[in-house]
Amino acid sequence: MSTATTHAVDCTECAAPVTLARTPLLGEVIRCGDCGVELEVTALHPLAVELAPQVQEDWGE
Amino acid sequence: MSERFRAAIVGASGYGGGEVLRLLLDHPRVEVVAATSRRHAGVFVHSVHPNLRARTKLRFVTPDQLGAADVLFLCLPHGEAGKAIERYSALAPRIVDLSADFRLRDAAAHRRWSGEDHPAPAWLDRFVYGLPELHRERLRGARLASGVGCNATAINLALLPLARAGLIGRAVCDLKVGSSEAGISPSASGHHPERSGAVRPFALTGHRHQAEVLQELGWIDLHLSITSVELVRGVSCAAHVFPTRPVDEKSLWQLYRQAYGAEPFVRLVKDRAGIHRYPEPKILAGTNWCDVGFEVDGETGRVVVVSAIDNLMKGAAGSAVQCMNLMLGLEETTALSFPGLHPI
Repeated sequence: MSTATTHAVDCTECAAPVTLARTPLLGEVIRCGDCGVELEVTALHPLAVELAPQVQEDWGE
Repeated sequence: MSERFRAAIVGASGYGGGEVLRLLLDHPRVEVVAATSRRHAGVFVHSVHPNLRARTKLRFVTPDQLGAADVLFLCLPHGEAGKAIERYSALAPRIVDLSADFRLRDAAAHRRWSGEDHPAPAWLDRFVYGLPELHRERLRGARLASGVGCNATAINLALLPLARAGLIGRAVCDLKVGSSEAGISPSASGHHPERSGAVRPFALTGHRHQAEVLQELGWIDLHLSITSVELVRGVSCAAHVFPTRPVDEKSLWQLYRQAYGAEPFVRLVKDRAGIHRYPEPKILAGTNWCDVGFEVDGETGRVVVVSAIDNLMKGAAGSAVQCMNLMLGLEETTALSFPGLHPI
């Protein structure tokens, strides 16, 4: 779990800083701009996220 | 008004020379004063490079008609620049040679990989290897820069952060490349009925670009195979690295960001969303990008690094113009900002 005191948090997947323009909602899903992973907001004070369940694509497997 | 540098392109009728010409025609600080072709002398350059129609009225001249310039781009078949380097260096204070003639610093290595003695071995040390991501500071103000091998560039930029970190135990690089790597001269094997749809392994071992990687990344256990696929432009490199110590993806992100975060033409492409989630050469056509992505096999620890470039751009003309910008003290990205087409 990653935390931060502002509307910014490190991506749990690639460690890129993910910044938000507003206060997110608990349970909101946000996306990392670097690796594209979806992160679920699990706490607000301080802001914390966890990897959200990912939709997997079947590329012909 | 800012000074405009006079550039001449020697061997401008090939694909590499044509791309240099295309880039320089849009360069605000360069005037193309000559483009040579023995075969096409007197002919408008757009008759050979039809994309340049109405962009220039330049005609090809013979190499003998070449006059003085501020910078020469040598886009000749391998072996030709080395034979005539004394003459060309008398015509211009700065030279960028796109051929393989001055890429290797060691004459013995040149002989081993090309099968021929170098015609001007005393000049080898005077050239800077022309990949700015490796030699930016040496290229600033340099007078002589070599070109880069397109396949070598895809590998060098894929592996550079791992090599610097001492992480490469063994690297097996599988490259898929486009038909323009074979150059402009036609051949029976390149005839459309033979070439179209083919997946053609053409250098499973022993490709000479391997020497450039070993020179630039240091001694690593490197293995290289190249397959020609249904592309005109493009190189896609999958480098399978067996690391010297376990590594996870988050630390690779850190490593690659550290290496390329400030690079103007290298992007990290490893995305959970979007259309192309790893580097895709198709969307890089005409651009100077090198896209790099990676993944770690959680079962075996193998690291797979994928890179993609346009072989004629980042793998040849684009890097050459980037070098010229550095050599002339210009903004490095000038005339190289085309972002590519989508869809294409």
